[in-house]
Amino acid sequence: MRDLYQAQRAMRAMRRAALQRGVVAVLDVGSSKIACLVLRFEAEVPREDGLGALAGQSQFRVIGAATTRARGMRFGEVDAMQETERAIRTAVQAAQKMAQTRVDHVIACFSGARPRSYGLAGDVQILDGQVSEQDVARVLAACDVPDFGPGREVLHAHPVNFAIDHRSGFTDPRGHVGNRLATDMHLLTIDTQAVQNLIYCIRRCDLEIAGFASSAYVSGLSSLVEDEQELGAACIDIGGGSTGISVFIKKHMIFAETIRLGGDHVTLDISKGLQVPLATAERMKTIHGGVQATGMDDREMIEIGGDSGDWEKDRRRVSRTELIGIMRPRVEEIFEEARAILDAAGFDQLPSQQIVLTGGGSQIPGLDLLAARILGQSVRLGRPLRVQGLPQVATGAPFSATVGLCLFAANPQDEWWDFEIPAERYPARSLRRAVKWFKDNW
Amino acid sequence: MRTLRAPRRPAAPTAPRRDPAPSRLAFRAERLWLTPGFRRALRLGLPLLLVTGLAGGYLADGGRRAALQADLADLRLSVENRPEFMVGLMAIDGASPPVARAIRKMLPVTLPVSSFRLDLPAFRAAIEQIDAVASADLQVRKGGVLQVVVRERVPVILWRGRAGLEMLDATGHRVATLLDRTARGDLPVIAGVGADQAVGEALEVLAAAGPVTPRIRGLVRMGERRWDVVLDRDQRILLPEERPVAAMQRVAALDQAEDLLGRDIAVVDLRNEMRPTIRLAGTEAMGTADSEVVGQ
Repeated sequence: MRDLYQAQRAMRAMRRAALQRGVVAVLDVGSSKIACLVLRFEAEVPREDGLGALAGQSQFRVIGAATTRARGMRFGEVDAMQETERAIRTAVQAAQKMAQTRVDHVIACFSGARPRSYGLAGDVQILDGQVSEQDVARVLAACDVPDFGPGREVLHAHPVNFAIDHRSGFTDPRGHVGNRLATDMHLLTIDTQAVQNLIYCIRRCDLEIAGFASSAYVSGLSSLVEDEQELGAACIDIGGGSTGISVFIKKHMIFAETIRLGGDHVTLDISKGLQVPLATAERMKTIHGGVQATGMDDREMIEIGGDSGDWEKDRRRVSRTELIGIMRPRVEEIFEEARAILDAAGFDQLPSQQIVLTGGGSQIPGLDLLAARILGQSVRLGRPLRVQGLPQVATGAPFSATVGLCLFAANPQDEWWDFEIPAERYPARSLRRAVKWFKDNW
Repeated sequence: MRTLRAPRRPAAPTAPRRDPAPSRLAFRAERLWLTPGFRRALRLGLPLLLVTGLAGGYLADGGRRAALQADLADLRLSVENRPEFMVGLMAIDGASPPVARAIRKMLPVTLPVSSFRLDLPAFRAAIEQIDAVASADLQVRKGGVLQVVVRERVPVILWRGRAGLEMLDATGHRVATLLDRTARGDLPVIAGVGADQAVGEALEVLAAAGPVTPRIRGLVRMGERRWDVVLDRDQRILLPEERPVAAMQRVAALDQAEDLLGRDIAVVDLRNEMRPTIRLAGTEAMGTADSEVVGQ
């Protein structure tokens, strides 16, 4: 835990340096596309009334955007390192070219790596009657960390709630008077290997990593509106190779999980079922696809085509109903998995059970009707928040994770490593090591 | 029966947009090019270096440098000697003929000359060295005319000093030497050491004399501090050091009322304001006491 704490702190320092420099790139490494946005952070110009434009969202501006087909990614994880590196290079170079500036710091997100959520609780006696920064640090350190096994690493650790004695629901307990301080923390762990592979790919492109995020988390940040985040909502980000689910309440993520199923599987089903190449299947899915068959669809015939030279094979036609018949079971499967995960997470206990579908897969026509049957009545399709300077092509649902990453970069939520280190845990050796360093080098 | 025309073929699925990945080298080169410092160095520093290098290399040879300097000097000379810049005439306004002659003699260069060669401030300073000149304005006018506008000093008083008779202006500055007193009979005369320092006071005293004026022969500065008014018939009025004008007015009033100066009086002594004194003529010869009359 200590190493990770230090590593995340170092990443935070790197991000602060990047923000001071003013230019930072966000990189959404997905399994079907890799998107890179270059953000320019502008110095906050205080207005006369003390408010910022667009409630503070205008502190950055997208000056470069590029998308490229993902290569070498499966289920949101790096599969072929060289290919992924090349794809990242392509996206970063195109975005740099559009921005006409060089970026050195990258904030990345990815959907795979098997995230797992843990709820942690810790409590501590307040030392001098009033909660100080040190008490907050101590209570966070006092959380009993579950044994999540080797090869796992903590990606997010959000203090969700603070309680003092019997009063709960504090977001900032500093200065309150009481005896016991308790906290609830949400911990998200991921596979170390998967993230290390991605770090390696990004490092190979001469880029410094200034932050990591789970794409389920950031797409929730961008596609859930404020009251949904406050009252409780789940964001289902249907991507290419995986589907991310995140649950928010009181503006904090309390649960995140990934299903290793996505739009690519639907394409694969079409390809297999109709015996067409993947490119044709993808095209049929995006142009004619759907999940709700009507009588009209029986009469709508789709030319499949083929380049075999065989007249019978090249003249094949299917009705749209058949296509829907292939797509629907797979989409249902994704939703059923999501339903099972949400049930296991206790989503039905939340006061509001809004479900927001986003991501590239959510563009299938009729998806919200199907989702409403499986996931509950309050389902809507979500698109990401608007940010300044974002090109029109990048404002759709497939870019909710990318836009969310911008928001994550601009105003991140406090995580465990943003708080002070408890005084008793301060390594005594560090001062000695500093003295030694001076002796060795001067 | 089968149709002979094939049904319209579906548009072939477009090949995915080509975006070939850049090589590592190309990627690095582009990043280097997008680095602002590197870019500035290449776009500004490199041409600058090239130009300075070429110029420096050319000028490293002494012969080339000298030739360049000679060329520049020639160019400068040819521009200076253009007829537009030549000054051929000097016009002097406001100066009397002798002063104008002196100014013409003082011009350090012979006309015609290029206006670049004329050092007007120095020439003006030289002109203003002449005593008779109060100030001078110099201007090179169109048509190659050097216009000199002179304001001369106006003599208001004559000073008989050790060197002879000199004309002074109102500030006591020397204007010229006068050889013949009768040439400027209209000007009053002052004499004595330091009289030129107090010309203003002398003029005030003379103005206050009023009806006595025709009888005044001159003013004598006594001990560089006070005035004696010398009248004809060897009469003298001794004025005090302070407020001489009031004393002179007093004498003028006395003269008008009592015909003081018409009497046989040699000296009217007003040096002590509280105790004016007169001395009768011929008392030196008599050498007796009781020659003073205590004032009115």
